Amino acid sequence: MADTTLGASAPARGVKSPGRLRRRYSMLTRRDKIVLAIMVAIPTLIEMVLIWIPTVLSVFLSFVRWNGLAFSDIHANGVANYTYVFRDYPDFWPALQHNVLWLVFLAVIATPIGLLLAILLDQNIRGTRIYQSIFFAPVMLSLVLIGVIWQLFYSQNNGLLNFLLGTSGTPRAIDWFGDSKINIWAALVAATWRHAGYVMILYLAGLKGVDPSLREAASLDGANAIQTFFRVVLPVMRPINIVIVVITIIESLRAFDIVYIINRGTNGLELISVLVIKFLVGEGQVIGVGSTLAVILLVVSLVPIVSYLSRTFKKDA
Amino acid sequence: MTSDKLSVLGDISKSQLNRRALLSGGVGVAAISMLAACSPGGSTPASGSKTTTFGSGASDDVPKRAYAAVIEAFQKKSGDKVKTNTVAHNDFQNNINTYLQGSPDDSFTWFAGYRMRYYAGKGLAAPIDDVWDKIGGNFSAGLAKASTGDDGKKYFVPNYNYPWGFFYRKSVWAAKGYTVPAKFDELITLSKKMLADGLVPIAFADKDGWPAMGTFDYINMRTNGYKFHMDLTAHKESWDQKKVKDVFDNWKQLLPYQSPNALGLTWQEGAQLLGEGKAGMYLLGSFVTQQFTDATVLADIDFFPFPEIAMEGTTAVEAPIDGLMLSKKGGSNSAAKAFLQFLGTPAGQEAYFAVDKSNLMTAKGADTSGYSPFNKKLADVIGNAKSISQFFDRDALPAMANNVMIPALQGFLKDGTIDTANLEAQAKALYAAQ
Repeated sequence: MADTTLGASAPARGVKSPGRLRRRYSMLTRRDKIVLAIMVAIPTLIEMVLIWIPTVLSVFLSFVRWNGLAFSDIHANGVANYTYVFRDYPDFWPALQHNVLWLVFLAVIATPIGLLLAILLDQNIRGTRIYQSIFFAPVMLSLVLIGVIWQLFYSQNNGLLNFLLGTSGTPRAIDWFGDSKINIWAALVAATWRHAGYVMILYLAGLKGVDPSLREAASLDGANAIQTFFRVVLPVMRPINIVIVVITIIESLRAFDIVYIINRGTNGLELISVLVIKFLVGEGQVIGVGSTLAVILLVVSLVPIVSYLSRTFKKDA
Repeated sequence: MTSDKLSVLGDISKSQLNRRALLSGGVGVAAISMLAACSPGGSTPASGSKTTTFGSGASDDVPKRAYAAVIEAFQKKSGDKVKTNTVAHNDFQNNINTYLQGSPDDSFTWFAGYRMRYYAGKGLAAPIDDVWDKIGGNFSAGLAKASTGDDGKKYFVPNYNYPWGFFYRKSVWAAKGYTVPAKFDELITLSKKMLADGLVPIAFADKDGWPAMGTFDYINMRTNGYKFHMDLTAHKESWDQKKVKDVFDNWKQLLPYQSPNALGLTWQEGAQLLGEGKAGMYLLGSFVTQQFTDATVLADIDFFPFPEIAMEGTTAVEAPIDGLMLSKKGGSNSAAKAFLQFLGTPAGQEAYFAVDKSNLMTAKGADTSGYSPFNKKLADVIGNAKSISQFFDRDALPAMANNVMIPALQGFLKDGTIDTANLEAQAKALYAAQ
């Protein structure tokens, strides 16, 4: 996207000050230009084919009803798919709420935990590498393994958690996955377990990049550790913070895997991404409705990402 | 693989079928068939040939070997050659749209019900009335009805089926002096007694969402009759009417006696409750017996049909049927038809049953000496049934079953309420898309 804005603004600027344009271009040899053109064109083309064309098609399909067989079966459907989703489909609004809850939970709990871990592990304590590996491991584990691990914790009759609570096998045993008031929190704990490790690694890299003389200067000025961190270190890590914010938003919008392995995203674990899959893949396929949900997810994702990125880049420029 | 691809490409240019598809369906259909042509083993020579292809979703070890045994018996008998393409069964089921539009095998594994009639109606399956002229005598009226498309032609050859009903442990019942309930009221009285005795009266497990559909199907068939159930699942009847509300009112009387934490249990865990004698009975398909590896427990399991409520006694039975269909292309292949015909005979089904004993043969006259007394009882229930339903997710639009009914029934299990007006609104939107 950055490519497009740059490309679009270059000629406009050129019209205003032709002298500057000539000077800038004269610095590039013919070969440079060709290389640049190829480097921009190929990613753009890939982006077009894999992202923009399917996006446009999804928007189109969200306004039709189609059984997925012959093209002659496509019928215009107006906004009927949207009224179905917004008015008649009882899972939609809970799913949206769950996505918002997911975002808030990751932003307020999981990300700070990751930051805290990073700060602790940055203190040159003994065996820091081992701790780092342990906390980062969840990010690398495969989906199936994660499912097995949390099943071991949460299983109602055989799980570790109910065993520790002493309720295992009794009627008081907490139904972590089956009780729709509880299971979203169980899933969020599992999501935090992964997200915190991810955030930790990014912040660790960021902390290593902070110039030590800044800390020295701060302590000379009489700042305590907390003041130093929030007034000096965190602002210096601004590029990392941007990445973290974007990652947190994206992770909460595309959250899918954990709820899907728990119970395929039903019974209190509905998320928009799960609903999209339900209506687009497999036997329950209803292309119009699935595309509608996908378009809604797209719009929801675009709002925070675009507003945040545009604000950030404007400030940087 | 390469030669396969080449021959398929040749086929596309040669065959009338594909040329017509090109003209009528436009570029897309052609593109789809070209894409699908890249999958291995798509094509067969034209009619009158002695070879045929068979697409199988029976990917588990036992059913896979069972179909291999059928094919071996068929090849020995007819001299024709059958080439099998086995696909993991979830993938097979999920990709059936693309598969049937692309370059499908001549015959393929499928099941009776709405989805059979749907593809038949879309012209993606070939009618096999000529096969049924020869094998029709082997099947009961209920099975013949289940093999018929909306246009009155036959499209399906049943292989095996299995009934749904209540399973219980004889020893537990004998110790407490319980008797099999014939009426719904008796079922409730019995449940009350079991609850007082410290049992979970009716094991119930709905974490996966689909098992609850079996209870819905039975209460609906017993309350409103088989025809209403079929019309409702095909959405020829509205969901927003008193008859549907009656079903849930009846079910509500059972709710206090079902496992309280059903939404966290898988059907295997439900079976465990029954096997350990903690639950009095369990409404499920007869595949529940697969869970009882202990031979003494297995021998202790018995079955009774869902009790009578208001209509038709207990003559309607839920017994999903698996079998074979012909693709549009397979309709012109005589060996494929002979293969289906063979599976519709006692000899063919015996070959299958010899390997996979967990289901019941559907053809009359098949040698049932391999049946246990328990199997015989199950077979009698199906044999005496006037009408056979296929389970909700086979009788209804899959989107209705998976995306609407699962959450709706789970909600009902939680608080005993259901919004039938909303069910109707959703059904209207989803069925219209087909």
